[in-house]
Amino acid sequence: MSADGAVAASARIEALPRVAEAPRRTRLDWGAVAVHALLLLCVAVIAFPLYYAFVISTQTVEEVIARPPVLRPSGHMFQNYVDAWTRAHMARLLWNSAVVAVVSAVGKIAISMLSAFAIVYFTFRGRMLCFWMIFITLMLPVPVRLMSTFEVVGTLGWLNSYQGLTIPLMASATATFLFRQFYLTIPNEMAEAAQLDGAGPLRFLWSFLLPLSWANIAALFVVLFIFGWNQYLWPLMITNTEAMRTVVIGLEGLIPRSGTELPTWNLIMAGAMMALLPPVAIIIFMQRWFVKGLVESEK
Amino acid sequence: MKRAVFKNRGLPYLLVLPQIAVTLVFFFWPAVESLRLSFFKTSPFGDKTFFVGLENFQKLLVSPEYYQSIVNTFVFAFGVSAIALGAGLLVAALATQKVRGLAAYRTAVLWPYGIAPPIAGIIFLFIFHPSYGVLPYWLGFVTTYEFNWLLKGWVAMTLVIIATAWTHVGYNIAFFLAGLLAIPASVLEAASVDGAGSIRRFRSIIFPLLSPITFYLLVVNLIFSFFGSFGVIHAVTQGGPGRATEIMVFKAYNDGFIGLNLGSSAAQSVLLMIVVIALTALQFRFVEKRVIYS
Repeated sequence: MSADGAVAASARIEALPRVAEAPRRTRLDWGAVAVHALLLLCVAVIAFPLYYAFVISTQTVEEVIARPPVLRPSGHMFQNYVDAWTRAHMARLLWNSAVVAVVSAVGKIAISMLSAFAIVYFTFRGRMLCFWMIFITLMLPVPVRLMSTFEVVGTLGWLNSYQGLTIPLMASATATFLFRQFYLTIPNEMAEAAQLDGAGPLRFLWSFLLPLSWANIAALFVVLFIFGWNQYLWPLMITNTEAMRTVVIGLEGLIPRSGTELPTWNLIMAGAMMALLPPVAIIIFMQRWFVKGLVESEK
Repeated sequence: MKRAVFKNRGLPYLLVLPQIAVTLVFFFWPAVESLRLSFFKTSPFGDKTFFVGLENFQKLLVSPEYYQSIVNTFVFAFGVSAIALGAGLLVAALATQKVRGLAAYRTAVLWPYGIAPPIAGIIFLFIFHPSYGVLPYWLGFVTTYEFNWLLKGWVAMTLVIIATAWTHVGYNIAFFLAGLLAIPASVLEAASVDGAGSIRRFRSIIFPLLSPITFYLLVVNLIFSFFGSFGVIHAVTQGGPGRATEIMVFKAYNDGFIGLNLGSSAAQSVLLMIVVIALTALQFRFVEKRVIYS
């Protein structure tokens, strides 16, 4: 597979700030100025929707519906966020989303590490069968097993439960492949040395492989956390009580659909800002892991 | 697979058990069940099922609504992919023009990937809002055409396409940057020495070298748009106005959960399965090729 190339490439991104530095010039480089101008324009276009959403979330309803539209923040941010928080039961929604994101990410990583370990380090009857079964899950996303998965979860009595929200999301072919790839890069001598020292397979996994895997685990966790947080179809399907909704679904309840409702778009945007903040903050603050996870898990 | 170091009879089975159990219970069983259900019809009260052979498929394939959902899906998927890939390539190409601050620019364009498409949809819903939104207001200066997504199907489609593409452009930028930075500087310098301008260099050298990654991203973007697009449609347009934004996944959900037409919904799931298998095969053909050439 091409993982090495991708690793090298992502390593180069990491090294960028130094590589990309243009030699200092005494006179103004108009070409560079033009490139900066275009880049800033792109950044502005990409950032505008979020800026606009933020601006709306700080306004009163009168300001929201004013013509011409008011494009600068107003002073009602705190009030709006408190209103949205209570009206949409935001604490519960955010908690549910956090549970889904963290538990499904940790679960995926744990069961993928174990199965990849078994497939790489043991010979056993059905090894290839297991490998192919995991591989084929790539071809069975939720939409192709809609009603039937719902029935299965119902049969297990897991509707409106955290088990139902998280466990079915835990099988991940991409995470298993990533760990398999990684284990294959670790020299055989290491396992043999561990054996000579009397370490059994579980000891080897725990004391040797796990410490070596932290970078992969962190990268994968960031990507899987965002994936879990942003789930929509799955939680929509298997939860129908307010208390078990996740934030991405619960938000929709704030949208005024009929013409008679007050157009409280300021509250919707306040809710949207709260729902999108955790994953966006994770991308910004854990960018290194995020890019690594993104580029490597898509193999 | 080269190695197998440890010898143990039971342990490997114990280690693969959690993943295989989840796979069997939540992937294989429902998929087989979908396949089975697609040959059955449920009575209106849901108490009996009848074997009807291929009738569910036949009905779908002569249904104009189903054709419309296929067309909508393709318009949506190719629209999202074209915008997200085009914008991604543009930003990545600009950012690698040997200017300062690449890391800062990368941060500044990557974050929308964290926004769930339905939330992006809600934000764009307001930007497009016929009475309060800023976009119809601005467009009002140039044209009297009414950009009302509640009435005009193509406006609704544009809304969901732009919202989805917005969340996905950062992903493409990350991959294009990796691809662009992997092109050896010496190749580009040689071209410069031969008198190739920056546009010529991009067209004759950079783009061909990027084409494998572009193809790969196209397939990933298509898969994402086909199967990850349910939320934005459900949260924003509910398939409307009319059926203008009813894509295949949304229709399968709606016919099953809301219309309780289980057989038809299962048949639609089976047809979707064929689409994923085709797209995944394409994706892996690409990966294989890269293995051969690299």
